[in-house]
Amino acid sequence: MIDLLGYAAFFLSTALIFAIITLGLNLQWGQTGLFNVGVAGFVAIGAYTSALLTTPETAGRLGGFGLPILAGWVAAMAVTALVAGITGYVTLRLKADYLAISTFGVAVVTQLVALNARGLTGGPFGVAFIPRPFGALADRPALFNFTSCGVVLAVTVLTYLALEHLTRSPWGRVLRALREDERAAVSLGKSARSYRIQAFAVGGAVMGLAGAVQAHLIGFIAPDNYVPTLTFQVWAMLMAGGSGSNRGAVAGALVVWAVWVGAGALSAALVPQAFQARAAALQIVVIGVMLCVILLWRPQGFFGPRRRRTPGGG
Amino acid sequence: MALQFLLNGLIEGSMIGLGAIGVTLTYAILRFSNFAHGDFMAWGAYSTLMLVGLIGSAVGTVAPIGPLSFGWPLILAGLGGMVFTGCLALLLDWLLFARLRARGQAIVVVMASFGASMALRNLLEFAFTSSPTYFSRKIQIARPIGLGIRITPDQTVLLGMTLVLVVGMHLLMTYSRTGREMKAVSQNPALARVVGIDLDRIVRMTWLIGGALASAAGLMVGVLVQIRPLMGLDMLLPMFAAAILGGIGSVPGAVLGGLVIGLSQAASVQLVGAEWRQAVAFVILVAVLLVRPTGLFGVQER
Repeated sequence: MIDLLGYAAFFLSTALIFAIITLGLNLQWGQTGLFNVGVAGFVAIGAYTSALLTTPETAGRLGGFGLPILAGWVAAMAVTALVAGITGYVTLRLKADYLAISTFGVAVVTQLVALNARGLTGGPFGVAFIPRPFGALADRPALFNFTSCGVVLAVTVLTYLALEHLTRSPWGRVLRALREDERAAVSLGKSARSYRIQAFAVGGAVMGLAGAVQAHLIGFIAPDNYVPTLTFQVWAMLMAGGSGSNRGAVAGALVVWAVWVGAGALSAALVPQAFQARAAALQIVVIGVMLCVILLWRPQGFFGPRRRRTPGGG
Repeated sequence: MALQFLLNGLIEGSMIGLGAIGVTLTYAILRFSNFAHGDFMAWGAYSTLMLVGLIGSAVGTVAPIGPLSFGWPLILAGLGGMVFTGCLALLLDWLLFARLRARGQAIVVVMASFGASMALRNLLEFAFTSSPTYFSRKIQIARPIGLGIRITPDQTVLLGMTLVLVVGMHLLMTYSRTGREMKAVSQNPALARVVGIDLDRIVRMTWLIGGALASAAGLMVGVLVQIRPLMGLDMLLPMFAAAILGGIGSVPGAVLGGLVIGLSQAASVQLVGAEWRQAVAFVILVAVLLVRPTGLFGVQER
């Protein structure tokens, strides 16, 4: 029984990390209408930044500074915000598509660095021995899962409250005004580009934080964690939940992750070993089709704001 | 040996350029960057592979032409693959893109293309698994053509194919009514409609041409490298970079952009290693966006 609860706590922790990433994407897309196809890259940047700063010294790899976990998280947010800010700075004076293409490029290049810059990222073997909060409890798995879940839950709640506050603040109102009617907002003296860069950077920071928290939850990261499938899952979560609503983002993350895990368990139980890889591919096909179907028939998502809105951005 | 990168770059650039023509036309005429374009390439390669198998089972083994690694079945199947992929692009437009376009939210169409790309790629992985496959496993002998550069017969023929397709596209865009109408729509859709251009026909032509050329690029990658479900995704960033470098809407620009990216990638193999090729495309992309976002031959959006 306690094992089952322990597993439930682990499931919830993973789902909540997705919820944090989705909250970050909601600020970028839902509130501001900025399209990010490189979510996995920003999550990876956060994860690697925190891992490099907090791990013990390792031969053959830069870093291993042994800093406290919190310092790693703050740095993860700062570095990801910087990368997102630069991406926004380069592309946000241009057409909306150029931001999308550039974020895709950021994700591709991050993946290349993670795979090939062994001296920085450990290459395909990744980074291990990332300190875990309450790591002293690791020999009691159930208790450890509960405390980890508590930590993730706390971060999620804090992120949620902070983003809700930002959304309601004058700053958030400017973002929505820009999304709804750029010309009107600009005529009131708001610099569209500057606000968008800020929103993109803050959203990126939230994704970086999620990546860092996940790295410290698992204790190990590798390039395989940050493939385009991750970006895609997060988009499915936001679209299912309804972009524009923080509550929807969290709900979408929980529901889509439950469906994902359930489908995975089902195919693991029903599909013979030899066809597992094919079943996993089919799982992604289904989510891809689902994303398209939501876009076609229910663009406001299942928990979306009641009022119909039109994402803009160029 | 040192100059070999020129030939490698020319070949890589041809593959990128053929794909980039489709990217640039879709962007100019339908006004969105199609993230599924790389997957058209992979679908083209796999459909050609399937057709080669079909022809093979109908007529038995066919001897390859001269020193090439393939015979007439591949040529026929390549044409069939182009038709198939063009129709796939049309189907996807009818099912998805056209409906979203009608709502007038350009960026939602981009997102849909991202979802479609994921579904298309994983359908291939479902059907053919992620392990690579080949049109032929024969090893080709590269012949020296001077300056220390060597070229295989397959490479020669496929470079010739690229040249024919690119010249054909240029003639089509410059001299045919369809080509001129496509240009008109890309420059000013409202005015194009006013003068009686059939927009739906132009949209259909764009998808057919883009899909067919992507399939040709996929065939080239398949013959000269290998066929994998991820082959298109790996080409996506270089194709976008080529289209933007050449200037959105310009067919010669896309080809030239492809060649520049291909040559830079091949040159970088000697400097930083083959694994960083896509990073080179990204650096060029960012440089173009910073210095000259309209690209080499692009015109200011209106």
